[in-house]
Amino acid sequence: MGYRTFILVCGGEACEGGGSAALVEALTREVREQGLEDVAQVVKAGCFGFCGQGPVVKVLPDESVYVKVQPWDVADIVAQHVRDGRPVERLLCDRSRNRERTRVEVPDYYQKQFRIVLRNCGVIDPESIDEYIAREGYAALDRALFDLDPEGIIDELRRSGLRGRGGAGFPTWQKWVFTRNAPGDEKYVICNADEGDPGAYMDRSTLEGDPHSILEAMAIAGRATGAARGFIYIRAEYPLAIRRLEMAIEQARARGLLGRDILGSGFDFDIEIRLGAGAFVCGEETALIASIEGKRGMPIPRPPFPAVRGLWGRPTVINNVETLANIPVILLKGGDWFASIGTKDSTGTKVFALTGKVNNSGLIEVPMGTTLREIVTDIGGGIPGGRAFKAVQTGGPSGGVIPADFLDTPIEYASLQELGSIMGSVGMIVMDEEDCMVDVNKFYLEFAVDESCGKCAPCRVGGRTMTNVLDRIARGAGQESDIDQLREIGHAMQKASLCGLGQTAPNPVLSTLRYFREEYNAHVFDRRCPSRKCRDLVVFYILPEKCIGCGLCARRCPVHCIEGERRKVHVIDQAQCIKCGECYTACKFDAVSQK
Amino acid sequence: MERLTREGLRALREEQARVLRREDGAAAAAELVVGMATCGIAAGAQATREALAAEIERNHVKGVRIRQTGCMGLCHAEPTVEVMVEGMPTVVYGRVDAETARRIVLQHIIGRQLLDDRVYDKPAADLVPGAGPSGE
Repeated sequence: MGYRTFILVCGGEACEGGGSAALVEALTREVREQGLEDVAQVVKAGCFGFCGQGPVVKVLPDESVYVKVQPWDVADIVAQHVRDGRPVERLLCDRSRNRERTRVEVPDYYQKQFRIVLRNCGVIDPESIDEYIAREGYAALDRALFDLDPEGIIDELRRSGLRGRGGAGFPTWQKWVFTRNAPGDEKYVICNADEGDPGAYMDRSTLEGDPHSILEAMAIAGRATGAARGFIYIRAEYPLAIRRLEMAIEQARARGLLGRDILGSGFDFDIEIRLGAGAFVCGEETALIASIEGKRGMPIPRPPFPAVRGLWGRPTVINNVETLANIPVILLKGGDWFASIGTKDSTGTKVFALTGKVNNSGLIEVPMGTTLREIVTDIGGGIPGGRAFKAVQTGGPSGGVIPADFLDTPIEYASLQELGSIMGSVGMIVMDEEDCMVDVNKFYLEFAVDESCGKCAPCRVGGRTMTNVLDRIARGAGQESDIDQLREIGHAMQKASLCGLGQTAPNPVLSTLRYFREEYNAHVFDRRCPSRKCRDLVVFYILPEKCIGCGLCARRCPVHCIEGERRKVHVIDQAQCIKCGECYTACKFDAVSQK
Repeated sequence: MERLTREGLRALREEQARVLRREDGAAAAAELVVGMATCGIAAGAQATREALAAEIERNHVKGVRIRQTGCMGLCHAEPTVEVMVEGMPTVVYGRVDAETARRIVLQHIIGRQLLDDRVYDKPAADLVPGAGPSGE
């Protein structure tokens, strides 16, 4: 009755280019010819990743994955696998490489992703505490309350090697030790959910998909550091995450997993939500604390660190959402287990919001040490339209770009810093040949200038001056000294700004000056934008020797500034041209040129 | 809800794990899990969920449970629906608009065939063995 086997052929862009459509036909024909059409169904599927090894064919229900499948392999797959139930060994994908980065016992898997933080996202109903409990939820808190003392919890964390996922990468266990050892009977735990970087939504997704994991981790932090109260600082523009957090807190209180005498252990811990108004600077911990206290969100110099003098002057441990989401798993599986994932200095996994010029945008989690190439091509499915990869932006307005030459760099705290970027709680934005580095940096710098609190001069004045210089370059009015000036101001901001916002705001510019200097030079010396993004620098014109007078460009032009009779050479009225590039893309004879 | 003790928490976990694995007495023959994080909802997951429920009712299909979940990470293919039907491999469908939702009920649940051009891959193996809804 019904199909027994399902043959899925990858329909991603790379596999289609490799002939996957023909494979679907060939498989369907072969299944019919071998008289198996009532047993097996052939289906075109979405992209499976590993685009470098396509076309990919996956057979269900046994989840065999075949790579580099060619038309002559079809007969074997149908005869051996479908009819006789024996996988075709020579075509199976190699799963061993994944083991190099995750040396732990998990069900056999072939994907590049490994989900610790996102373990429940897409699996459980986030509005049901029972479903969270069903999947080992609150078992780590159970262990932290009854089987471990605070030192034991911190020791587990120390052995895990977990470092903060919010930006600086400070070892989490040390933060906890400092707070634990700081004198005072009233201490606090804060969850930093003020995710504000453009293109980043990892924390929002974690909170929307698995809010209890954060509550559980905060309670564990309370037990380890001696705090009885926790605050989640989250921006008001995340209404669904807030609603699910509120529901989760209510349910946890009702179940006796928050509040007084948790699970009958005598330990008290409760959590409140504090809404932020969306100021980027409030992601900085001292500004965040000021905001919770009801003051203006402005940073203060450290030390003293919040671990010693934090919220209302009391010792406070602040961890970011992603950092916290790892903690229940570390307590359940052990610090050593966690440390065996990833690389020596960067253990565990990292979540990225993969966006930009990539086929499969999405929320991904990979073991530390995964290379950018694997992320962009294998998980991201490559760049649409077959255009050339140019760079990846990581770290948002605090990070930098990583150009094509470094695609094989393993992602770790140290390697990213060396390349002039940061790990950060941020997105990963893929850029192709059509993106202009001057233009992209103007965006990030303007963001930082808008979000600067204005307290210290290096950030307030430096950011504005750098924006003006960039703007001048983009308009074609740049001078030779501009590039040196950008570098000088940038270094001054890095050294003299009060908080992380100003210290890191010049990073995008400095990193592109390092890798894409020739692009700046083209803007300054040749008054030319190689990616045709800086409008003031682009001139479109029609080459008379190539134009056949078809009139397509004139019909596409949104401002009707192209004139010419049929079968005669057309001309662009430069005074009217808005430089949208429609004519350039429309012309089939390469008669529209740009300089 | 009552306040739990340590023992109560453990008992509840075992009971709920059976429900999630669909091994409890009231187990549904099929389960549809709709991705309902901001990304899914923005792409139309609410309409998808309603279309699934309406089509199930219209065809008098018994024993189907619809659940919601957070983000599976397939932003390029939202809304997503994971479909678990007794005797069929568990699959994730992407780009499930209302029309595709109706086809899932007719073709997959009733007809026991996969839909063409909509199957996506789960992004990673489940870290919590034996506790996943797929019962891995």
